[in-house]
Amino acid sequence: MATDHVAPGKDGNPEGVDKKRRRLLTNTAGVVGAAGALSMVVPFVSSMAPSARAKAAGAPVEIDISKLEPGERVIVEWRGKPVWVLRRTEDLLGSLDIVKDELRDPDSDDSDQPAYAKNEYRSRDSQPEVLVMVGICTHLGCSPTFRPEVAPADLGDDWQGGFFCPCHGSRFDIAGRVYKGVPAPTNLEVPPYYYMTENRILVGEDGGQA
Amino acid sequence: MSKPSNLLSWIDERIPLTNTWNKHVGQYYAPKNFNFWYYFGSLALLVLVLQIVTGIFLTMNYKADGDLAFKSVEYIMRDVNWGWLIRYMHSTGASMFFVVVYLHMMRAIMYGSYKKPRELLWIFGMLIYLVLMAEAFMGYLLPWGQMSFWGAQVIISLFGAIPFVGDAITLWLRGDYVVADSTLNRFFALHVIAMPLVLIGLVFVHIIALHEVGSNNPDGIDIKEKKDANGKPLDGIPFHPYYTVKDLVGVTVFFIVFFAIVFFAPEMGGYFLEHANYIPADPLKTPEHIAPVWYFTPFYAILRAVPSQFGGVIAMFAAIAVLFFLPWIDRGPVRSVRYRSNAYKLILTLFVIAFIVLGYYGMQPVTPAGTVISRLCALMYFGFFVALWFISGDEKTKPLPERVNY
Repeated sequence: MATDHVAPGKDGNPEGVDKKRRRLLTNTAGVVGAAGALSMVVPFVSSMAPSARAKAAGAPVEIDISKLEPGERVIVEWRGKPVWVLRRTEDLLGSLDIVKDELRDPDSDDSDQPAYAKNEYRSRDSQPEVLVMVGICTHLGCSPTFRPEVAPADLGDDWQGGFFCPCHGSRFDIAGRVYKGVPAPTNLEVPPYYYMTENRILVGEDGGQA
Repeated sequence: MSKPSNLLSWIDERIPLTNTWNKHVGQYYAPKNFNFWYYFGSLALLVLVLQIVTGIFLTMNYKADGDLAFKSVEYIMRDVNWGWLIRYMHSTGASMFFVVVYLHMMRAIMYGSYKKPRELLWIFGMLIYLVLMAEAFMGYLLPWGQMSFWGAQVIISLFGAIPFVGDAITLWLRGDYVVADSTLNRFFALHVIAMPLVLIGLVFVHIIALHEVGSNNPDGIDIKEKKDANGKPLDGIPFHPYYTVKDLVGVTVFFIVFFAIVFFAPEMGGYFLEHANYIPADPLKTPEHIAPVWYFTPFYAILRAVPSQFGGVIAMFAAIAVLFFLPWIDRGPVRSVRYRSNAYKLILTLFVIAFIVLGYYGMQPVTPAGTVISRLCALMYFGFFVALWFISGDEKTKPLPERVNY
């Protein structure tokens, strides 16, 4: 209290000073001020969240797969992320059963995908060989590389074809299912998509078939 | 007002100029036995000034915009008068900042400069190190090259490993669903104004704390215990002119090395400026081999060594956090390595080796052998602190000298 120079009155309080009232006023002003300052945090913190424009820029993307050969992959941009569209060969589809025991989440129970892609192929029933997948590693967001070849020197003899993340060595099978013992926690994400026609895919919407 | 001394006293009556000078420079008594390791504090201050000055001039031509950033850096390199020199000084300065700071920290660990009464001095230093890492990381995004983009993508995703709120935090940090223009813009704001302000504030407090408790020395003994008739430490000499002149020698040698790098090897074979960063950011394609700049690699190697996402992130942050507790983990009263046990010397040596090996493997692509070695070194890194706790509890130390040795 800055009242050292005032002559002391009764109870040790300075003359003519109501210490209780002063403390009440100081505390009230402090609490109101702190509440005001605290509520100012909201606009500043909130200004850093995605803006209205960033939220609006998420339009679905259309892809023509009529010229996509078996074993071939195209990459399109959807919401700023790479989306892979891959037409798998019979051999690649056959590898899905072989690797099943080495996977962390073979049935995609803990992974992100629409209900219609929660199957061994992680694709729609109508064209199981066509894989549509967000090409972002579920570990730390790198984009894994497409490694369809069997048993390459750098990935070992057991490699049946799949995706390999160069950043931290996460491995995924050809349906984007994560192997055990790698840093990525879940399978690669399957975005909502549907076939507008047999050869035209719309990524970003399920066409009411979820 | 005719004589300068009158001007000085006019000022001194209004602001404590002479007092401040004497307290912090003219009559700040530092131990007389400072050696090579004591150059790096003043050099860190020098690099801070260099970074601020070159940084200001870079912002005059840089554009923080997803479409323009990469081109504006090339513009600085090719068309701005002396732009290449200013940028290479800034990029070399970033790496050299960490060189001198790591050596400065090594000095503090070796001579026990974190021990009582210098615990807060050490903590402020650690905070400077943390802010410096944030500053360097945000600065690295600004050229908007491939390594900028994917490096930021990975580091921001680290926060995604936090249970429940992780995804919301990464979204908030980026301001978009991926690293994008909004991320670049905010990193620019933080890099050029917020972090430097915090950094300067912390450096100020660091120096105030140092001058309050006094400098440690290679013998780790307190020079204030032996004073002359005037109350000046017998083993102390005034910072100015003795250490200002000594530090000038350090500055000269430092600048020879610094400008040799700027002129002859500004990329340092891809260690100071990574090759992949000469390709504009492409959100659809990760570079084949992605690694942070060398000064982050020891911690990056620890992150990769742990075979679980959340565990890796925890281990990485713990590797830095544990340093904050060093003054309390080390229970021994003897400061300098010169008078400590062989066991301590052994674990300190292993710690330094582990740190360097981790730094090396953090730069390399993932291989099974590299992972095994990284795991071993990560254990050695944390093992240092565990062993230190036990060794320092009842350590057989050598007798301390009465007065300092050179």
